[in-house]
Amino acid sequence: MKYLDEYRDQRVAGNLIEEIKRTITRPWVLMEVCGGQTHSIVKYGLDRLLPEQVELVHGPGCPVCVTSLETIDRAHAIARMPDVIFCSFGDMLRVPGTHGDLFKIKSEGGIVRVVYSPLDCLKIARANPDKQVVFFAIGFETTAPANAMSVWEARRHGITNFSVLVSHVLVPPAMRGILDSPNNRVQAFLGPGHVCAISGWTEYEPIVDRYRVPVVVTGFEPIDILQGVLLCVQQLEQGRAELENGYARAVQRKGNAAAREMIGRVFRVCDRAWRGLGVIPQSGYSLTGEFSAYDAESRFDVSRIHAVEPAVCMSGEILKGLMKPLDCPAFGRECNPENPLGATMVSAEGACAAYYSYGRHLVDAHSLAAGSR
Amino acid sequence: MNKDFVLSCPVPVTDRKHIVMGHGSGGKLSAQLVRDLFLPAFDNEYLRKLDDQAVFQAGTSRLAFTTDSFVVTPLFFPGGNIGELAVNGTVNDLAMSGARPLFLSAAFIIEEGLAFEELSLVVQAMGKAARAAGVSIVTGDTKVVGKGSADKLFITTSGVGLVPDGISISASNVQPGDDIIISGSIADHGMAVMSVREGLEFEGSILSDTAPLHELVGAMIATGAVHALRDPTRGGLATSLCEVASASAIGIEIEANKVLVREDVRGACEVLGLDPMFVANEGKLVAFVARDSSAAVLEAMLRTRSGSDARVIGRAVEKHAGMVLMKTEIGGTRIVELPFNEQLPRIC
Repeated sequence: MKYLDEYRDQRVAGNLIEEIKRTITRPWVLMEVCGGQTHSIVKYGLDRLLPEQVELVHGPGCPVCVTSLETIDRAHAIARMPDVIFCSFGDMLRVPGTHGDLFKIKSEGGIVRVVYSPLDCLKIARANPDKQVVFFAIGFETTAPANAMSVWEARRHGITNFSVLVSHVLVPPAMRGILDSPNNRVQAFLGPGHVCAISGWTEYEPIVDRYRVPVVVTGFEPIDILQGVLLCVQQLEQGRAELENGYARAVQRKGNAAAREMIGRVFRVCDRAWRGLGVIPQSGYSLTGEFSAYDAESRFDVSRIHAVEPAVCMSGEILKGLMKPLDCPAFGRECNPENPLGATMVSAEGACAAYYSYGRHLVDAHSLAAGSR
Repeated sequence: MNKDFVLSCPVPVTDRKHIVMGHGSGGKLSAQLVRDLFLPAFDNEYLRKLDDQAVFQAGTSRLAFTTDSFVVTPLFFPGGNIGELAVNGTVNDLAMSGARPLFLSAAFIIEEGLAFEELSLVVQAMGKAARAAGVSIVTGDTKVVGKGSADKLFITTSGVGLVPDGISISASNVQPGDDIIISGSIADHGMAVMSVREGLEFEGSILSDTAPLHELVGAMIATGAVHALRDPTRGGLATSLCEVASASAIGIEIEANKVLVREDVRGACEVLGLDPMFVANEGKLVAFVARDSSAAVLEAMLRTRSGSDARVIGRAVEKHAGMVLMKTEIGGTRIVELPFNEQLPRIC
């Protein structure tokens, strides 16, 4: 398949790995920001093909994982209400709140629908004028344009039985949080390719300058990731800290102007609580005053719902790149995708869930190493 | 927040007081339900094998017996409808024991208000599929439930078939060294249904692969030593491989590059973030064949219509018993695990 097979080519991968081995002289710690990148790394076994000096730590870029417990509890309270059709991206259904997940609510009679595009919610709203249709608008900058568009279009077409529960998060503030952390180990970032496809990379230039840390905008296919690693290692070995674009087929410096404009019309930047990380200032989007009528939080009066997140697992440490899933004593035992104890186990793209799904706890590293078969 | 992130985690959700969709996914939750509820209550030597059908002696004959319920939404999808699935699904469950399917029953649970036209189309399709498969639907039942008590139409079919002398095929019969053969491309059916499901509609040419497989099986068992057969329906190829690895206590090694996924199916999977290894098929089988006869069996498969894309994708091994390892496209290794739940389209 064009634009896919080229980026999963074994020969090209082999060449890149050789080049990385030739370039590297000492250990470096790289963080891939996105959950999608983590998923690819574990799925294709990339980390096991790289030389030992490259340590990949897994970043906070899984929007499902980092949506706060409080927001999830509010979403669930709305989904339980009669005459509500609660619409969500598929992988949000399994995320546990204080009292179970959306599957449980569905099994108890709540109406929960999976949508792929938020605009489909408007179709559902039109077809069900006697119901309230609520969309759970989560995600990073990547999903923000389409989510904003659903609100924009609802107003344009006078659809009043539609609202959104917004919990958008932004990548650059989380990266700054990680770099400011006194225990930070991250020396370079594989930047979030699809986030940058929307927002461009100008917001990352100050991070590169202030922290003297290489950021390479990176895609999600195996070859993209290996190339991102190579560019990071080259910069680190040469003592450079620059912003490089390793995902030129999708990302331009200014991003997608139309998408950014749509975000700017509907959303404003606000403080946001991250599951596993706590409140990060100026790290999310919420609706602007002009669109506040579409805010599900006030429409259904759920803002008084608060949730306490007891500290029982290490997902915060994992989201900051301070620990790996296998370092956690609960991993694969008390904590698994059916009974997730924390943020990073709840979504398929969370680091712990990726390790679990690809059976990383079942065999030792040695037997998975290249050439052992 | 710079000094210290607040470390916070949700409390565990361990209680399942209600049945959730995952219990029907064919993954770990389904397996738990069977192991913890059905098996202890019904325990017997046939059920304990956990094959897709039971094979038992009746007089001088060995019979295969199976049952399956069909609850697909929507009822009509590109390439078929629930009626064809209901016939082919049970025919195939019988065929996976090497049996020649003979008789089927059909039970209908119909929701009040279903259009007569729709029911008629489904029943016609069942008749046609049964004739094509050479089986007779010889008994049945009809129930109508109030609006909202069912989703349009549920069909349950059971089937009986005759197992030829000397044939012993079971998921627990695999030997280290067996070649693993898949009869064609994977994930067609699941993605065809997905393409017309509300909220996910996408345009395309993906057709369900629903088809009876008993003739293919007949050609295979006439040619060589087939140890195990599975039709990778719900849960996909990955689930079938995991089940066989566990039932036979052998390891499985396959190569991603050898598994055929049609271009349009792959595109749809990529867009929705689904792994084709876990997506349902309705007209494919995966066979574990003794190495010394696998070339001949493959030859025989390639000469049939439903096996024309057959290929060897890997082999059974002695090490890492119970586990399925896949060599990835770029030469890494990944473990293929039984999923907990059904796959969900991802956010981005």
